[in-house]
Amino acid sequence: MTLNQLTLVQAQAGLKKKKFSSEELVNACLKRIQKVDEKIKAFLTLEAEAVLKKAKEVDKLLAKDEKISETKPLLGIPLAIKDNFCTKDLKTTAGSLVLSDYKPPYDATVVKKLKEAGAIIIGKTNLDAWAHGSSTETSQFFTTRNPWNVNFLPGGSSGGSAAAVAADEVIGAIGSETAGSIRQPAAWCGITGLKPTYGRVSRYGLIAMCSSTDSPGPLTKSVEDACLLLQIIAGYDLKDATSIKTSLPKINLAKFKNLNGLKLGLPKQYFLKELEKEINKALLSAIKIFEKLGAKIKWVDLLEPKYAVAVYTIIQRSEVSSNLARFDGIRYGQDRSFFGEEAKRRIMLGTYTLSAGYYEAYYKKAQLVRTLIMKDFERVFKEVELLLAPATPSVALPLGTTKEAAMFGELQDILFEASSLAGLPAISLPCGFGRDGLPVGLQIIGPSLKEDLILPTAYLYQQVTDWHKKKPKL
Amino acid sequence: MKYLPIIGLEIHVELRTKSKMFCGCPAYHFQVLPNTHTCPVCLGLPGALPVPNQKAIDWCLLIGLALNCEIQNEARFDRKNYFYPDLPKGYQISQYDLPFCRNGQLKIELDDQKTKVVRINRVHLEEDTGKLVHTFINGEKMTLIDFNRSGVPLVEIVSEPEINSPEEAVSYLKKIQQIIRYLEVSDCDMEKGSMRLEVNISLASPLTTKASPLPKYKVEVKNINSFRFVAKAINYEIQRQKMLIDKGKIPIQETRGFDEKIGKTYSQRQKEESHDYRYFPEPDIPPFIDLKVKSEKLKRILPELPEEKIKRFIKDYGLLATNAKILANDKKVAAYFEESVKILQKAKSKRQTVKLTEIKQKIKDITNMIINKKIDPRQTQPAQLVAMLLHKAYQNQPNQKVLLLLIKRILSDNAQAVNDYQGGKKTALEFLVGQVMRELKGKGNPLIIKKLIEKLMEVSKP
Repeated sequence: MTLNQLTLVQAQAGLKKKKFSSEELVNACLKRIQKVDEKIKAFLTLEAEAVLKKAKEVDKLLAKDEKISETKPLLGIPLAIKDNFCTKDLKTTAGSLVLSDYKPPYDATVVKKLKEAGAIIIGKTNLDAWAHGSSTETSQFFTTRNPWNVNFLPGGSSGGSAAAVAADEVIGAIGSETAGSIRQPAAWCGITGLKPTYGRVSRYGLIAMCSSTDSPGPLTKSVEDACLLLQIIAGYDLKDATSIKTSLPKINLAKFKNLNGLKLGLPKQYFLKELEKEINKALLSAIKIFEKLGAKIKWVDLLEPKYAVAVYTIIQRSEVSSNLARFDGIRYGQDRSFFGEEAKRRIMLGTYTLSAGYYEAYYKKAQLVRTLIMKDFERVFKEVELLLAPATPSVALPLGTTKEAAMFGELQDILFEASSLAGLPAISLPCGFGRDGLPVGLQIIGPSLKEDLILPTAYLYQQVTDWHKKKPKL
Repeated sequence: MKYLPIIGLEIHVELRTKSKMFCGCPAYHFQVLPNTHTCPVCLGLPGALPVPNQKAIDWCLLIGLALNCEIQNEARFDRKNYFYPDLPKGYQISQYDLPFCRNGQLKIELDDQKTKVVRINRVHLEEDTGKLVHTFINGEKMTLIDFNRSGVPLVEIVSEPEINSPEEAVSYLKKIQQIIRYLEVSDCDMEKGSMRLEVNISLASPLTTKASPLPKYKVEVKNINSFRFVAKAINYEIQRQKMLIDKGKIPIQETRGFDEKIGKTYSQRQKEESHDYRYFPEPDIPPFIDLKVKSEKLKRILPELPEEKIKRFIKDYGLLATNAKILANDKKVAAYFEESVKILQKAKSKRQTVKLTEIKQKIKDITNMIINKKIDPRQTQPAQLVAMLLHKAYQNQPNQKVLLLLIKRILSDNAQAVNDYQGGKKTALEFLVGQVMRELKGKGNPLIIKKLIEKLMEVSKP
């Protein structure tokens, strides 16, 4: 095993025990990036020299003061950040030509917290421009490839982060989810992706897509790693008026040995007819495993996922049409002629759904139905404690699929939109393989603020399976 | 044809909070170097988020309370979407259908001692835009943008269209200004730009019908920089609109500017039916629920407003209504007055010879001295003022006749000084007063002596 293949937890332990230095760790990742990123194309910006320099500094620090890693849990560990998070003085493009040369004068809160924890930000990863998509194909720079088969898409919009982690180019990464943008690429790339409760992680410095659902979250090689990163990036932020004041409870995964009768619900409506058969099969196996782990399985009813699609489409595009208004090219970036087709489509539709005479019929109505969706989850969580469902209707699709499909994202994310609209926390885990040797993911959705129930449940699954340990051949 | 002017006023007041409405930048921007009070939030940089300034909200509620509004239990911010270079986010965070305050009223005084109640539609909170500066650089026409003002808290006060004359408009504006200055939440100064206004004016004419009692058009006038110009602009508009209507035309619904040099309004742009601002709730700021609790707390700290103060001055100090109004016009002057009276009352109570009528008289004296500007409140401390007055009261005043004789003697003994004074040397007068005081062994009122000497020297002038 090479150092870049380590998980976060392993890297932490190794650095502490002085099995290797930060420089060696970072170097291993850089070498890997050099070898595979031409094919994968996960990175938009790479800071190779600066990063090595930082690693050397870290090693000096560690030599002087061993205990320093106690206050800086990520010290010396290379992570990748999705390019819609502002990184001070480091190019941040949001995947769009409008910001092709934009260098923010400040760090996003998430970035600030990672830096304070000692992490080394190795580079910025590719995404669907403005996070508008589920394939990374609408990036105005290039399309990232799925490390499991480079003729297929990695998913999106956090496709670059997902691919970088799956290809062991980095130890872990940060992405953002509006409705599926963490869970879906995690599923398609066979890694772990956590979408925290809305408001759990600060949005300050995250280039806004759909303000009322955007959630920063980790993409990692294991649940343990996701839990670690969450505990570092979560927390109330004065700079984000929508951030939650309730702190994340401390989560000690090791103390969980059994699910002890946890009521796990299976929403019938999520096991779609159109589900690829391998996905169905993988889910059924997973269900058996959760049963063995002590869960009580129960089939439940939820609103048809298709209703969430219309609601999400309208609300998201309405907010997008307003959030992109600041990109007028006057104070920074290029002018509006640089917007790509997808961005233009969303701006137009969102403007329409907010306009006089249509607001009531579209935006307002969508918000009213959103409340029904939230109540629906509240009802089901009185019957069960968590929900288990497939993540995506299909495994990764081939390059070029999105070309003529205007609603591609929304249809691919059909199993995520409802929980995103309700602001619920959820995790996506690898649970098998499907067509073309591509990974299958399952998702666990929990009630608001219950990451401390989701993570141990997911952790136990990974204790008795090794899907998450499989690596693509590159 | 007699037309009734239908006037509505929209006032924007800049709050003098320490920080801006949605970020921690200093709100103060008057004559500050451009773009030095900015941050990612008020510059609208990617990823920045607004966080509401609690003080600004409190002050908006205070203004609403002072204007007798109903504080809404639920309120929220909305996005008002439109493009303009001075609007960095491409939208302004404002309030649309759930503003903080509604349904207020203001009693204004008209010239003929009558009063009128003007209803206030709403008082809400929003953020200011940046400032555009038009200039030439290397011979090229340029527009520069200064974002120091971007994000400064603004309270918008909208009246119902119930004002019917320029005089009423000015009276309304002055009253609002006075109240806001009393609350100490803004300088409310038109010259500094901390009070801005827009006048909506139309004429109710035969064109209006019973079914639609309001005129079928509305002209908005902007760029009016003083109360004086408000009256001028309204008068001009009334005439202009009257002429059009007399000819059977309906004035165009538009926005007009006011040119103060020529005293006329001019067309700026057509006011569309209403620009589609695509208002929707601000997703970055959670809505406010349970504001009644906050408003109850604020009611308790609401300072005494001018009307109450005037009533109290009349009642407690026996002042004439006109004097009470003058004293209450400026909160600081009113405070000075009260402070002086308090000192007076304390001083009097120490001595046994307290006479109610004396105090009343002294209060009148204090009033007089302030109103007639015999003293400068900025120079003379209230304690000094009282001391001056008491000095008069508790000395055995020399008999007026005796005093005059004494003064005459001093003047004849000090011919040189008299000459000096008449030649323009003012200090000679002080010297003469001093001489008289010395003879009186400190007793006597220097002010009165001074006046008497001046009088006598006038008389004796060649």
